[in-house]
Amino acid sequence: MKLVLSQEQRELRAAVRDFLAAASPPGKARQGYDPQVYARLNGELGLSGLIVGEEYGGAGAGFAELAVALEETGAVLLPGPFLATVFATIALTRAPDKELLSGIAEGRLSATLAGDGATAGGDGLTGTLPRVLSGMEADVLLVTAGSGLYAVDLTGPGVTRTPLDTLDITRGQAGIVLDGAPGRLLGEPGDEVADLVAVALAAEQLGVMRAALDAIVAYAKIRVAFGRYIGSYQGVKHKLADMHGKLEQAESIVRYAAWAADEAADELPGAAALAQAYVGRACFEVARDHLLLYGGIGYTWEHDAHLYFKRAKTDEVLLGPTRIHRARLAELLEL
Amino acid sequence: MDLADYQRAARQWLERNVPSGEQAGGDPIAVAKDFMARLYDAGYSGITWPERWGGQGLTQQEERAFNAAARDFALPTYVFSIGLGMTGPTIVDRGTDAQRERFVRPLLRGEEIWCQLFSEPGAGSDVAALQTRAERDGDGWIVNGQKVWTSVAQHADWGLLLARTNVDVPKHKGLTMFVVDMHHPGVTVRPLKDMSGRSNFNEIFFDDVHIPDEHRVGDVDDGWSVAVTTLLHERLSISAGVGMGGRKDHPASLEALRRTLDTSDPLVRDELVELHIRSRALDLFNRRLAQETEAGVFPGARGSVAKLLLAELTLFQADLATRLAGPESVAGGHPLGAALAMAPGLALGGGTNEIMRNIVGDRVLNLPPEPRVDKNVPFKELKVGTQA
Repeated sequence: MKLVLSQEQRELRAAVRDFLAAASPPGKARQGYDPQVYARLNGELGLSGLIVGEEYGGAGAGFAELAVALEETGAVLLPGPFLATVFATIALTRAPDKELLSGIAEGRLSATLAGDGATAGGDGLTGTLPRVLSGMEADVLLVTAGSGLYAVDLTGPGVTRTPLDTLDITRGQAGIVLDGAPGRLLGEPGDEVADLVAVALAAEQLGVMRAALDAIVAYAKIRVAFGRYIGSYQGVKHKLADMHGKLEQAESIVRYAAWAADEAADELPGAAALAQAYVGRACFEVARDHLLLYGGIGYTWEHDAHLYFKRAKTDEVLLGPTRIHRARLAELLEL
Repeated sequence: MDLADYQRAARQWLERNVPSGEQAGGDPIAVAKDFMARLYDAGYSGITWPERWGGQGLTQQEERAFNAAARDFALPTYVFSIGLGMTGPTIVDRGTDAQRERFVRPLLRGEEIWCQLFSEPGAGSDVAALQTRAERDGDGWIVNGQKVWTSVAQHADWGLLLARTNVDVPKHKGLTMFVVDMHHPGVTVRPLKDMSGRSNFNEIFFDDVHIPDEHRVGDVDDGWSVAVTTLLHERLSISAGVGMGGRKDHPASLEALRRTLDTSDPLVRDELVELHIRSRALDLFNRRLAQETEAGVFPGARGSVAKLLLAELTLFQADLATRLAGPESVAGGHPLGAALAMAPGLALGGGTNEIMRNIVGDRVLNLPPEPRVDKNVPFKELKVGTQA
């Protein structure tokens, strides 16, 4: 089991972090999706092709590297279809399609992954997908119908997309109605896709919580009340220490889950459920407490604290009500 | 030998050598000493300690492999836990070569038992406020004072003693570290009964106890920096469970609870899942710290995070287990009641949870310190202890 980053992985982290600090700092997240930033992210850094095989023009990297990248995109609340495309790429690595994978690796295509909810018939795919991550920005939808995984051109016929009013203003969702939309059968959806998606999401959550904690720790060092920095009060300091403990454990779990995704298929289901059950909750708790520790300014629209708070909650419930991860653990533990 | 072989060999050795049944009976100190001697001779004591002083000079990888093998056994090594986890590493880090030569091998071989003498009735969390005095006496020192919460002192041959050598300077600057002979006639050890009914720790009185200067560890008045070394080792060893024997048979473990509880009840299942999540989260954090250490990144104050989390998990676990088991857990000498009565110990010993949070805030997050009224005042002008 590998729980610490290699030199190469630390270099990847530094490169992504430096790029995002300049191109997409957290304050920019409220402006929403910037296709130019997205293109550079994929062009200059090749992030969209990170886990795409080399035969399709990707880097052929593993989840350990993917987790490093997602932690950084999470930390700046990167808007747009990056996470959705990662989810779709995960599904595609299990049902490979040259056109889609090379398009994603080149940064030409963005994609999103919906679960089931569609049916395949003679005249195309039909169904209502009430909440599709980055559904307005993505070019391609991957959807399960029956026992097949299909690709649907979201700009094509038979597709109606409606933007949703989401809690998280930095990253949207769409309601999608398929009414005889042409779908291309890619293969069978892989069994472990849901677990891998859970691991990828946990990596983003780790970044969200780290950035939230870093921000409030920095503020606690400069904000003065009653003649002292607020970080010197135990009421604040002890809360921050507890938040740090959650972060340390969350990072350990994410590294473990990424390792399991790369190296230990038998441990993946338990690691993925653990990652969502622990990191999802911890991320929201840290984002919540970071907002509260700011005091009144944290409750304002202008301040970024609520962006983290809302991303954290949205991520926590993105894959379903949180009890599903706990129920999965109970099942895996044979309780 | 690769690691898997190493672990397999360790396991086989443990199967043959860990006392069980009748062997485990009899005088527990004799059993522990006999076991340590065999552990040492087999090359499993002081795995990562320098070869020159009697260790094996191997890496954390071997130590982890051994610990993984040992998890399934209850090693009778508790009485050596202070020496192996705290005072021994301090001698290795900060002692003279003569001290290392004299003390390390007998510790690793289980010939001598160690205790640690820092806390006092008036100086617990604020240990630098301690009042036990060591005064120059020719080429040695004379010690007078009182220590408390001293685990295994009733069995100890040696103690690592922090004493005040200068009252005219601020409190952190007038302390010196010594090795004291626990068999000196001026040392009185009295057991203290803790809330679990056991007497695992003691109060110690020093009446004109002589210590030769060659048993001083570090420079005169530089004892605080030596103590910090010890405390770092303490927190790491507590969170890693050094010398604590196996935890497998803990009555509040998930494995034990699932055998006795009705897990068809979804509420019970969810509570057990919570226990699994928290246990696994801390376990993985400890493994990550160990891997970082192996890669040359010393965890430093982050060991306090692990210690705090373990203290919280221990209380949570015993509390949860008694809630799930119900009234039977608190009657008839039930092991869960005993586990609950022991559980606060970890949140108090080795630094309270509040002190751990201060350390994490100050040294990991680099938050501004609290204003201090005691830092620059000569010790003799300072208020200490309990004062109405």
